[in-house]
Amino acid sequence: MTSSPTVTGSSPSSRRRRAVRESWHGLLGWFARLFGGLHRAWRRSLQLRVVTITLVVSSLLVGGFAYLIADKITNILLENAKSDVLMRLQNGQDYSAKQLSLYSTPQEAQLQETIEGTVNYLAGGDPQQTNGVVVALTADRYTGVIEARSSSDVEYQALISRELRAAVADGNVAHQIRTGRLTGDRTKYLVYGSPVPTRFGQLELYYLVPLDRQDATAADARATVVATGVALVLLLGLLAALVTRLVVTPVRVAARTAQRLSAGLLDQRMVVDGEDDLALLAASFNQMATNLQRQILRLEEMSRLQRRFTSDVSHELRTPLTTVRMAADLIFAERDEFDPAVARSAELLQAELDRFEELLTDLLEISRFDAGFAMLDAEPTDLVPMVHRVADRLAGLAERVGVELVLDVPSTPVIAEVDPRRVERVLRNLVGNAVEHGERRPVHITLGIDQTAVAITVRDHGVGLKPGEEKLVFNRFWRADPSRARQTGGTGLGLSISLEDARLHGGWLEAWGAPGQGAQFRLTLPARAGDRLTTSPLRLVPADAVLPFGGPRDGGPSAIGVGTGADLATAVPVTDLAGAGSGAWSTSVVAASVTTSAPRRQPGRNPSADVSVSDHTPDGGPQGGPTPAGTAGRAEVGS
Amino acid sequence: MSPDAVGQYGAGDAIRIDVNRDGTITPMRARVLVVDDDPALAEMLGIVLRSEGFLPSFVADGERALAAFRDSRPDIVLLDLMLPGMSGIDVARAIRGESGVPIVMLTAKSDTVDVVLGLESGADDYVVKPFKPKELVARVRARLRRGEDVAPELLTIGPPENQITIDVPAHTVSRNGEEVKLTPLEFDLLVALARKPRQVFTREVLLEQVWGYRHAADTRLVNVHVQRLRAKIEPDPERPEIILTVRGVGYKAGTG
Repeated sequence: MTSSPTVTGSSPSSRRRRAVRESWHGLLGWFARLFGGLHRAWRRSLQLRVVTITLVVSSLLVGGFAYLIADKITNILLENAKSDVLMRLQNGQDYSAKQLSLYSTPQEAQLQETIEGTVNYLAGGDPQQTNGVVVALTADRYTGVIEARSSSDVEYQALISRELRAAVADGNVAHQIRTGRLTGDRTKYLVYGSPVPTRFGQLELYYLVPLDRQDATAADARATVVATGVALVLLLGLLAALVTRLVVTPVRVAARTAQRLSAGLLDQRMVVDGEDDLALLAASFNQMATNLQRQILRLEEMSRLQRRFTSDVSHELRTPLTTVRMAADLIFAERDEFDPAVARSAELLQAELDRFEELLTDLLEISRFDAGFAMLDAEPTDLVPMVHRVADRLAGLAERVGVELVLDVPSTPVIAEVDPRRVERVLRNLVGNAVEHGERRPVHITLGIDQTAVAITVRDHGVGLKPGEEKLVFNRFWRADPSRARQTGGTGLGLSISLEDARLHGGWLEAWGAPGQGAQFRLTLPARAGDRLTTSPLRLVPADAVLPFGGPRDGGPSAIGVGTGADLATAVPVTDLAGAGSGAWSTSVVAASVTTSAPRRQPGRNPSADVSVSDHTPDGGPQGGPTPAGTAGRAEVGS
Repeated sequence: MSPDAVGQYGAGDAIRIDVNRDGTITPMRARVLVVDDDPALAEMLGIVLRSEGFLPSFVADGERALAAFRDSRPDIVLLDLMLPGMSGIDVARAIRGESGVPIVMLTAKSDTVDVVLGLESGADDYVVKPFKPKELVARVRARLRRGEDVAPELLTIGPPENQITIDVPAHTVSRNGEEVKLTPLEFDLLVALARKPRQVFTREVLLEQVWGYRHAADTRLVNVHVQRLRAKIEPDPERPEIILTVRGVGYKAGTG
């Protein structure tokens, strides 16, 4: 406890109280820790539990038995003492009665002496040799006439209780155990009283026998019983510990071996010793391990064969396909010289060969992922030129189907450790899909970055996805609408492969879509290979999306917007239409033109700002593109 | 499978001047050695190469590839990676052991391991099956297109203590006066970097300038060849001084 200068002035009692409180808390904490530790040990150690239970139960049993035995011994000793004393008492009574039968009245002269003599006789002479036995002859009915006599000169009266006196006075032989101090120490006395009939009436004879010897014997017996009991309990505990140890040790060995097995050390086995149950456990365990090992090796072998098969199929199919491809190319080049049917066949052959090739490539890629054979070849890559490259490549297709590609990328390099081939493939796929489903409306490609991740969203404004389809799109060979005409003739594996590519990077590929509002795909990749993703720099649900239930738009607020904020493109651009609803999309598109080359000249700017379709196009150029006033103005138009 | 089945396309043609179908003149018909075990593909390759004005010769297994290479002295080798007998990788290594002639791999595998292994064993470029005839011919032409600029030019790069001197018309490179043997492709790569020292070349630009790809293809080509080049000219390839990596961008020639 530290005390600051201001505290020193406070009264010592309050300081003491605080000290007490703190030490009390410390004690409580110590107990809590101790209890916690014990609790943990109790839960963890079977041995501890068994030993504890054995100790408790055997203590109860042994304690009970010890009590019974000690009680019995005490009783027997007491009974013996009683019968002893009773015998003496009866003898004494007979003797006394005989001695006193000479007297017919209590007032006779010799009576007192006779009483004295009788007592001395009964006590056996020398008081030192009577083992502390006191004999007393009293005459309660003749108090003042006859004087009570005792064998030794002690205050024995206190030991004879009123009840005993009364019982004896009524003519009964009665006894009682009393504790008192006659000579030196306090001792237990067995007090026996018996009436002595005389001719003039009744006197009382009392024997006060000290029970110290019996007590000592009983104590000895008790001590022996307790010692035996304690020893027995400890032995039982030890036995329990040993027995459980016998059982627990192999179990622990089995657990350790199982852990090693599961860690991949498949040749770990237990030692089989003897033919008992534990040996059976070990043997069964080993058998299990052997079977597991065989299974795993078999699976590994199968997987290896599968990979090998994939590789072989790759080669075996591709070589003839190359020949066919080249032959078809030759025929295709000469098609003008054939008659129309053959010429058309040559065209079909060429086109279907393309499809076949794509399908084969995609199938092999998927099987490579399935076999766990795909490897990440990550290197620091600038994603900005990659996005431009993908857009350029798909510009032709976009132009054919009347879709405008709108790029929203930072002007500064966006460098991430990725596998450029894979990421470019994913992008080609996403943009290709968006163009194909774009319904002649713009496709927005946005690139965002924060400290830990990069993200690319591809947004189209086509028919969108029905609820639940945002998961289905990644399924192999899944088609949104089988009846729809296909322009690019994808294989149906593109998004599955893209998802695997994203996973290989430790990244995410997610889809959002709503009927009539189009779809948005978001690829999020860690900026450094191997890092874990927690948030994405871009939001999955576009800002202009109209949500039917007003539910949360993304995984959480942290996933929305851009981490660094300052100079990067965000998902803001298309917010203008938020109020206008989805209907605005279909009416405001006048024409579509491909302006993908614009961003290269004017990085970060709205590439279509000078195109007639700008009614709803994003103006959120990050590097001071259109002015805020422009945004506001457009917002007015939109609302 | 009979390797002899393709023997009829063996080189024996003595014509040295030829007019191509598109009217251009190839002064000497370039000899192409096709090492492939698939007779149909080899025959088809022969048809395509012939129609493009090349002079193909064929060998169907790896064991005889080196002998065929010595016999036919081709200007370029098309090499299948999976061959009976000796693998394509070993063949590439063997050819590299005695010649810098361009090697284009024909591979059915586009996995990084296979491609990089092929490139490291000495191949200059690769084409993934199934390829289109035009694609293959373009690659072959790109590998053969060299020695066009013969203006006397002497380039030097590297720190003063490890100066690399490049005599462009003579196709020789020397480090501290000692000649370094480079393959034509490595030479082209070095010249491209050395002509503009201090300028950073992205992998895509290098692919275009050195390999003749119009669209960026596989940047692994650049990485592997830069490694090979470094192994030959850098005193310590682990800590390069002559060809420097610019992280996240590409490569540039180091100057003193």
